[in-house]
Amino acid sequence: MTELSRIWRETEYRYNLIGYKCKNCNRTYFPPRDICPYCHRESIGKMEKFKLSGNGEITSYSIVHESSSAFKRQVPYVMALIKLNEGPVITAQIVDCDPDNVEIGKKVHMAFRKIREDGTNGIIEYGYKFKLA
Amino acid sequence: MLSNNVYIIGAGETKYGELWDKSLRNLAVEAGLKAIENAGIYSKDIDAIYGANGLAGTINEQENIGALIADFSGLSNEGIPSIRVEASTASGGAALREAYLSIKSGEYNVVVVGGVEKMTDIHGSDIIEKMSSILDREWEAFYGATPAAMAAIIARKYMHDFNVEKEALAMVPVNDHLNASKNLNAQYHNKLTLKQAMDAIPVAEPLNLMDCSPVSDGAAAVVLASEEYMKRNKKEGIKIIGSAIAQDYLSVGSRDSIYTLKSTKLAAEKAFRRANVKRDDISFVELHDSFSIYALLELEDLGFVEKGKAKELVYDEIKTGGRIPVNPSGGLKAKGDPYGAVGVGQVVEAYLQLNEKAGERQIKNAKYALLHNMAGTGTSSVIHILEGY
Ligand SMILES: [Zn+2]
Repeated sequence: MTELSRIWRETEYRYNLIGYKCKNCNRTYFPPRDICPYCHRESIGKMEKFKLSGNGEITSYSIVHESSSAFKRQVPYVMALIKLNEGPVITAQIVDCDPDNVEIGKKVHMAFRKIREDGTNGIIEYGYKFKLA
Repeated sequence: MLSNNVYIIGAGETKYGELWDKSLRNLAVEAGLKAIENAGIYSKDIDAIYGANGLAGTINEQENIGALIADFSGLSNEGIPSIRVEASTASGGAALREAYLSIKSGEYNVVVVGGVEKMTDIHGSDIIEKMSSILDREWEAFYGATPAAMAAIIARKYMHDFNVEKEALAMVPVNDHLNASKNLNAQYHNKLTLKQAMDAIPVAEPLNLMDCSPVSDGAAAVVLASEEYMKRNKKEGIKIIGSAIAQDYLSVGSRDSIYTLKSTKLAAEKAFRRANVKRDDISFVELHDSFSIYALLELEDLGFVEKGKAKELVYDEIKTGGRIPVNPSGGLKAKGDPYGAVGVGQVVEAYLQLNEKAGERQIKNAKYALLHNMAGTGTSSVIHILEGY
């Protein structure tokens, strides 16, 4: 069973799509990271929270038929890499559409959804998914 | 003065597959004893053990694998050092490299490298959950990504950008199954037609069941020795002439190009430079093709063909007798994919091939082997180049 703290500590980023911006080189990152891989020690203390717009386009995707336990009730679902307008590429599901309408290059925007169930008596976890724009 | 070359003087492995009657420790000990016997060494000769394992903590709820292996191999009384090396699905290659470095450094003369994984005690979506821990758990797997889904996302983009048909990917399992049909230790011995490979049930589209390696149990072990040991015992052996490892971002999305395996590219450049051989010198390769798409990317990023052009190799050139024979063992799809054992199992295959003892699947005049062991979606790649004598 997952402790609440494990979920709680990422909630801000998962609910609001908050990433980080390196004030040394202006690159934006998602998920959050404490060090910029381009600026290394120059970025220490210069990584700032940055709210992403939630708009982007599909880099590529897969229709998943065999999932892990927490997603059994969702198959088949569309798993995608989405390039956000601000630069970062995010791994997320695309929902509320016929998988046949999903295509590389299509515009998407973020939606707030239930992500997974941690067993039958466990916690329901929420966060971002994406919808066709 | 002696050089500090490192040799492989013995090898052994279990059968790969769903081995219901064998436990994690049974497998590790069986492979280890076979390798030690094959090398003709005794427990008093062993300076250290490096044991590779990927997921025993999550699958078998057993950590402390170094002690487990040494204890049940009967080596606890002597206090021989035994540690586990973990680099996800590249644990085997990483353990080999650590053992190689320990001999290169002059510290040890004889080191046993083992790799083991016991995966089939858990089934279906539960094992997929455990296997997905090789991804970024919080930012990939948390949202429903699986290893197959990430490979499929890479495959779709690759096929889209380079105009590659799904058929080119399907040639990889066809070749693996043909080769595995001649390997008694392989998980599968059935040949696969192109149609069967194309028509299998979808796992993560565009990849189907035949594009994905199976869930496997298995173990492999090899014995490494120093130049000094070889001279003292008047032995000959397979020489490790190149060894390299490199890393990439944990998440696929963080990489500049999702179909470039940067860790493979970097490790290959280093290993070839060190070995001082050319791509054309390589007699065969063992590739980490946990998913068919990776075989194509690996052939490109290892430098055998330009990016986007692996389709020119997969129909004929990867066969035994082709320009660059791939996976004479049967590869991850058909020999099997017991995570921590894979990289060591590749050495077992190379050991047989370079000693001309691979039987029906022998590559003619095999002189140089390239072994490519990869973690996760390409997060680490370990490459070894071996020379026969
Ligand atoms: Zn920076």
